Amino acid sequence: MTGPLLEIQGLEVAVEGKQILNGVDLTVNRGEVHAIMGPNGSGKSTLANALMGHPRYQITAGRVRFKGEDILGLTPDARAQMGMFLAFQYPTSIPGVTMVNFLRQALKARRGGADVPVREFREKLMSTLKLLKMDEQFARRYVNEGFSGGEKKRAEVLQMGILEPDLAIMDETDSGLDIDALRTVADGVNALMTDQLGVVLITHYQRLLNYIKPQFVHVLFQGRIIESGGPELALQLEEHGYDPIIAEFAPALAATGEKA
Amino acid sequence: MVAKVTPEIVGKDGYKFGFHDDAKYVYRTEKGLNEQVVREISAAKSEPQWMTDLRVKAYRIFEEKPMPTGFWGGNIQNYKLDFQDIYYFARASDRAERDWSDVPEYIKNTFDKLGIPEAEKKFLAGVGAQYDSEVVYHSIREDLEKQGVIFVDMDSAVRDYPDIVKQYFGTIVPPADNKFAALNSAVWSGGSFVYVPAGVKVDIPLQAYFRINKENMGQFERTLIIAEEGSYVHYVEGCTAPIYSTDSLHSAVVEIIVKKGARVRYTTIQNWSTNVFNLVTKRAAAYEGAVMEWVDGNLGSRLTMKYPSVYLMEPGAHGEILSLAMASDGQHQDAGGKIIHAAPDTTSTIISKSVSKGSGRTSYRGALKVYPGAVRSKSTVRCDALLLDKDSRSDTYPLMEIEEDQVSIGHEASVSKVGEDQLFYLQSRGLSEVDATKMIVNGFVEPIVKELPMEYAVELNRLIELQMEGAVG
Repeated sequence: MTGPLLEIQGLEVAVEGKQILNGVDLTVNRGEVHAIMGPNGSGKSTLANALMGHPRYQITAGRVRFKGEDILGLTPDARAQMGMFLAFQYPTSIPGVTMVNFLRQALKARRGGADVPVREFREKLMSTLKLLKMDEQFARRYVNEGFSGGEKKRAEVLQMGILEPDLAIMDETDSGLDIDALRTVADGVNALMTDQLGVVLITHYQRLLNYIKPQFVHVLFQGRIIESGGPELALQLEEHGYDPIIAEFAPALAATGEKA
Repeated sequence: MVAKVTPEIVGKDGYKFGFHDDAKYVYRTEKGLNEQVVREISAAKSEPQWMTDLRVKAYRIFEEKPMPTGFWGGNIQNYKLDFQDIYYFARASDRAERDWSDVPEYIKNTFDKLGIPEAEKKFLAGVGAQYDSEVVYHSIREDLEKQGVIFVDMDSAVRDYPDIVKQYFGTIVPPADNKFAALNSAVWSGGSFVYVPAGVKVDIPLQAYFRINKENMGQFERTLIIAEEGSYVHYVEGCTAPIYSTDSLHSAVVEIIVKKGARVRYTTIQNWSTNVFNLVTKRAAAYEGAVMEWVDGNLGSRLTMKYPSVYLMEPGAHGEILSLAMASDGQHQDAGGKIIHAAPDTTSTIISKSVSKGSGRTSYRGALKVYPGAVRSKSTVRCDALLLDKDSRSDTYPLMEIEEDQVSIGHEASVSKVGEDQLFYLQSRGLSEVDATKMIVNGFVEPIVKELPMEYAVELNRLIELQMEGAVG
């Protein structure tokens, strides 16, 4: 395949009539890790949900290509089957459905409906659980039902490991984790990293980037990417906060008739 | 309903068992009901005089009793039910058969479509399959017979075990209980008789299959289970019926006696075709330290009114009702349960789960009664309803009469809709909207399904999935 894995051009998104994203451009190639950073309310989660196709997020302008295909008309399941994955910030629970049953059906769907051999599935499940330092019993629990914050995040990475996406969008995967849990989750993600996988890492804090190293860092503010750079940008943000970059960007916002 | 059915007989409306074959009736009463028909039924079965008298007496009660109204009348008033437009008795084969090879070929074909022999091979202890009004196939494992367990159709029981039947028949659900109990007592045919001697634990579920085959053929089976002290039995009843354009009536009575320290579980999966009125009276009496469990799944029928009851008669008795209802377009499942605490230290649990799809309607109708003196009674009632569409409806009608202070009663109810976030989550993992909805519904009913024997659980999940097809956009 030639061309970028993910190509976002001028993406504008509204939620319940309120404009959140005001023209986002981003290109992600296979093997790359992009961090999207920004203060609360800058539109980070909106970007994640819009990419995955949540019906509540309305695309008002722009284009998104995944593996060269325009995906904005596709349902979330079609996007998932193409190899897109969203690790949720707040995964919802599905009472009565066991993780193992859910994972098997999801993998089957990911493979275009082909049955997954029991043995292969089991081996994959066991090795991924081990990678994430999770007990075998975990797979028998109901999806996200009564999970602690750390368990929820690990369950998301577990799904990523089983489904082997081409693009993983990780929405605040570090939030609510203590340092040990963060390290386990990050180790898991790093172990799943290949030169074929593209990662969009959405985070409020720099600390996750100590464990998962991005090659590219972008600052999202008021629905636009206002600054892009390498890993040094994240360190700069940690030291000085978002204010200097926002201040630098304010005149540009003013010029387009919006207030900073 | 536990049948294995091949896809080609799935009707275009999704109801799997909408086939019927041309049954050959050896004998059938005229259409409609009068005292002469009742006497003819009894004569056709060569019944003893006491049973003929019981039927005639019950018929007179049926004549006098008005249709149920008020709380337990539910919604029957909303439907036109013509008692004269029904055949009350038909016989497809002359006698009950025990050996599969003796069963008439056309009846076998029907059973083959329902997959009964396969199911039996796997783990059935005994099979009583009801074809129209008469049991034609019946087998029981030899070791059960050696233990003194009786598992026969009720007609045979009247003939072969008159003393036990006479002692208990109509004692738990008397004919005067309600109009439909009176009707059943007058015209009953078939059903199962189970007797478990003291201390005997039947380790495999006893199963029976019922189906209505003839258009306008009412089905009025009568089941009586007696569990002597310290015994255990699990009885499983599954129903399926072919589709017809005119209304059918199913009105059964089930009576269960659970003696000191015994335990009985009665599991039903009801999948009548959507023209059937399913009006059933099920009641159990549990004595000292006994346990009675109803597991009741209602998926089919046009209207089901069914409230399995447990009378906790002596100290330490425990009653449990697990009720699952699913209503699709045009269906109304009015289900629930009744628990009566009539002695100290009795405990009970009612768990009701209902799913409404399209214009389907579910109601939980339940009663909890604690008599004075039933101190330290404990009861928990939990009702959860899931609505799939904006036209779907669910109501809860809990009736509580607590006449004792020293009790612990809990009641919780919830109504939820399939959430956009749940759907999105599952879709983001590659599941289609329909598959995602199925998964959510199957998860919702899981607490009940996990109580079923494996084969029933699989079949129930499949039935639910079938009902869910096209449920979404």
